[in-house]
Amino acid sequence: MNKVVGSAREALVKAGLQDGATIMAGGFGLCGIPENCITAIHDMGIKDLTVISNNCGVDDFGLGILLQTKQVKKMISSYVGENAEFERQYLSGELEVQLVPQGTLAERCRAGGAGIPAFFTPTGYGTVVTEGYETREFDGKMYVMEEWLKADVSIVKAHRGDHSGNLVYRKTARNFNPMMAQAGKITIAEVEELVPIGELEPDHVHTPGVYVQYIFQGTNYEKRIEQLTLTPR
Amino acid sequence: MTDLSPRDRIVQRAAKELQDGFYVNLGIGMPTLVANHIPPGVDIVLQSENGMLGIGPFPFEGDEDADLINAGKQTITELPGTSYFSSSESFEIIRGGHVDLTIMGAMEVSQEGDLANWMIPKKMVKGMGGGMDLVASAKRVVITMTHTSKSGAPKLLKKCSLPLTSQKCVDRVITEMAVFDIDNGRMTLRETAPGLTVDDIRKVTEAEFEVADKLEVM
Repeated sequence: MNKVVGSAREALVKAGLQDGATIMAGGFGLCGIPENCITAIHDMGIKDLTVISNNCGVDDFGLGILLQTKQVKKMISSYVGENAEFERQYLSGELEVQLVPQGTLAERCRAGGAGIPAFFTPTGYGTVVTEGYETREFDGKMYVMEEWLKADVSIVKAHRGDHSGNLVYRKTARNFNPMMAQAGKITIAEVEELVPIGELEPDHVHTPGVYVQYIFQGTNYEKRIEQLTLTPR
Repeated sequence: MTDLSPRDRIVQRAAKELQDGFYVNLGIGMPTLVANHIPPGVDIVLQSENGMLGIGPFPFEGDEDADLINAGKQTITELPGTSYFSSSESFEIIRGGHVDLTIMGAMEVSQEGDLANWMIPKKMVKGMGGGMDLVASAKRVVITMTHTSKSGAPKLLKKCSLPLTSQKCVDRVITEMAVFDIDNGRMTLRETAPGLTVDDIRKVTEAEFEVADKLEVM
């Protein structure tokens, strides 16, 4: 078994990413984002994408660069405040946006990978975001029904991975990557350190390789910090 | 607590809500400042919705780590006992009712405990992030906010005018002027800032409230 490819572009070509596809991109803000795959999608000019990701990067980095080139038709996210171009395209109607509560977004992706078509959550009950949704009472409390989310291609970032696609994440760079790895029909993983099979401690694998179709050694990570906040010495 | 700025008064009073052994989620903005005033002898664990328990202080220059941020995208550090997990697990912790206390800000709170703190139609639509999950499932929700808006309009209302974050979810409201409790759809004034009367509070509060038998000073 060898899932290793040479680059983001090679992975995306093999994955058959086309105009109009739905993709999931891991990351929280700029933390744990699949930088190489995002750049490759930008360079390949693939457009009319539906992008499922918690945020949309900033104007000139992360998923924000796909907005600059109008490659995104629809965003499904929980918070898009850090991106002025996003707000502009949203308010002008150029960009379709579905805002989903973060926990619901996480669970919808998990459900997509886990084969659970729908679940009930109390989140958003009685608010504008769940208007028209089916509701049900359990133990005296009201819940709304939410459906799974799946992607044609999921692009995820991990710290270490092996040739069979086993992944280990680092600190808060984990965030949405595991669930999105599960929910992609094809999952591409980019890692900071690609190792041979047998190098990863089995008890320490976060995402078993069964979910991953392609993996490659990432390069030139900028790992930009959005809000550098320090304690004065 | 005299001669405090409104912000400091709110933050220092909110820190008294922390109890030993609590797992706490602090919303972005003013609530994060509560972590600077943890009472002595009180041990708490702070959760970051992006997948961490055991948030430590901001790093010293040179120690910052791009893989280690809080929900507000600020760089942080870890502590002995810190753990990391995925976003779905983070919200299992939240939705499953395992967080003892959630402190967050608000634009409006209604007398029945409805909360609006995520959008102003056509003006500010950045998204709700994890806020709706937090208040829908929290064991205890404490709101920290200024008593009135910048233009002097009341923020404690009969009914919220802005789109709701959740219905009937607020347990306590702390402003620079007062502390209110909300139980079973009824608001009660529990504490006032030094030097303020109940009438002072009524003048800037649209919501209907009762006054506690034993009204205390903040």
